[in-house]
Amino acid sequence: MIREHTLAIRPPRALWVPFELGRPLGVPNDPAFQTRVLRAALELMDAESGPVLQDYPEDVPSELAGADFTGMSCPIGLPQPSSSEHRIVEDLLLEIQQVAPWYDLAVSQRGRTTVGISDLDVQQAGRFLAGYLRDESTPAPREDLTTGRLLKLVCEDLKAYYSEAASAQPGMSASIAVEHWLFNETVLGKLLWQLRNTGTEHEDDEIKFFARRSLIPDRQIQYKGATAYHP
Amino acid sequence: MARLKDLPAGERELMMKIPMPHFDSTPFVTGKPLSERRVAILSTAALQTRSDRAFAWQDAGYRVIPGQTQPNDIIMSHRSVNFDRSGFQQDYNVCFPLDRLHELADAGVIGSAADYHYTVMGANAPEQLEDTARHIAGLMKRDAVDTVLLVPV
Repeated sequence: MIREHTLAIRPPRALWVPFELGRPLGVPNDPAFQTRVLRAALELMDAESGPVLQDYPEDVPSELAGADFTGMSCPIGLPQPSSSEHRIVEDLLLEIQQVAPWYDLAVSQRGRTTVGISDLDVQQAGRFLAGYLRDESTPAPREDLTTGRLLKLVCEDLKAYYSEAASAQPGMSASIAVEHWLFNETVLGKLLWQLRNTGTEHEDDEIKFFARRSLIPDRQIQYKGATAYHP
Repeated sequence: MARLKDLPAGERELMMKIPMPHFDSTPFVTGKPLSERRVAILSTAALQTRSDRAFAWQDAGYRVIPGQTQPNDIIMSHRSVNFDRSGFQQDYNVCFPLDRLHELADAGVIGSAADYHYTVMGANAPEQLEDTARHIAGLMKRDAVDTVLLVPV
């Protein structure tokens, strides 16, 4: 949602906030910041006439606002991936083990996880993704879903697992830092790019749509100079 | 909402090309003071409880998040990858301010938080969501909600 859209739609009361998409209340784990935003929105109910479009004056702290890739480094020491394409299952499962302590810490600190949308454990999810990339006829661990649908859910779970792990580390609160590490520094990222490359012209429309539009963020595609597919 | 200039070029162009619905007028009502209002959240983040169905590709339906849902039971199945999820992963209140709403109710800033809150997948065209929006409005009326906090993701 951007300001230009709100100007066109003219809802009765709207608070424009300058935060990145995905964080409309501004700062995670900052209840005071979130409460200020929420109160500013709710206080629009006091307006006697409208439409009202008010700009929220406060931005997020600068360390959260970075959208530039310079200086990014790998936050979690990971094994060097094998040079053999035949070992991608083993490489991914080994990497998941390396990420696990930080994931466990994240869950312990937050008391929650967002992993679980595929109903598979993360090792099963990794085995299916890497197995599919090696051989598309790899049996799916869920028979109630199409391959395209299961790939989407599996990828979301794996991304969430890695992202939760990385964001538990000091200095990794900015979304771009986590995202850049995931898509450029990990075996998982390499496999996600491989899935995109093999899927964008797939004969299965669901896999094609998923690979083109629902797998890798546009800012990573732009960063890599890869082909973007827009509707 | 976000700054258009912060979006990647492709996403920025896409945002500017999206056809906007046109409304001849803006419905506008006043009502009770904030301290007497009952507030529900409607999120476009395709959130769901852990036991509910994931949003499908073109899913124009809704999911219910009861007000007393446990933190570990709120997960996300949005089809778009062009918004940040890491904030939600750290603290769902950054896109679904359920705890903050309950705190404002406890402090008397609002009258009460609704018993049920709702989510849809905002990647759908507005006209595809109209029936769902009308249905949710009916459910909110039965929950005595008089204020809706629409939180786009």
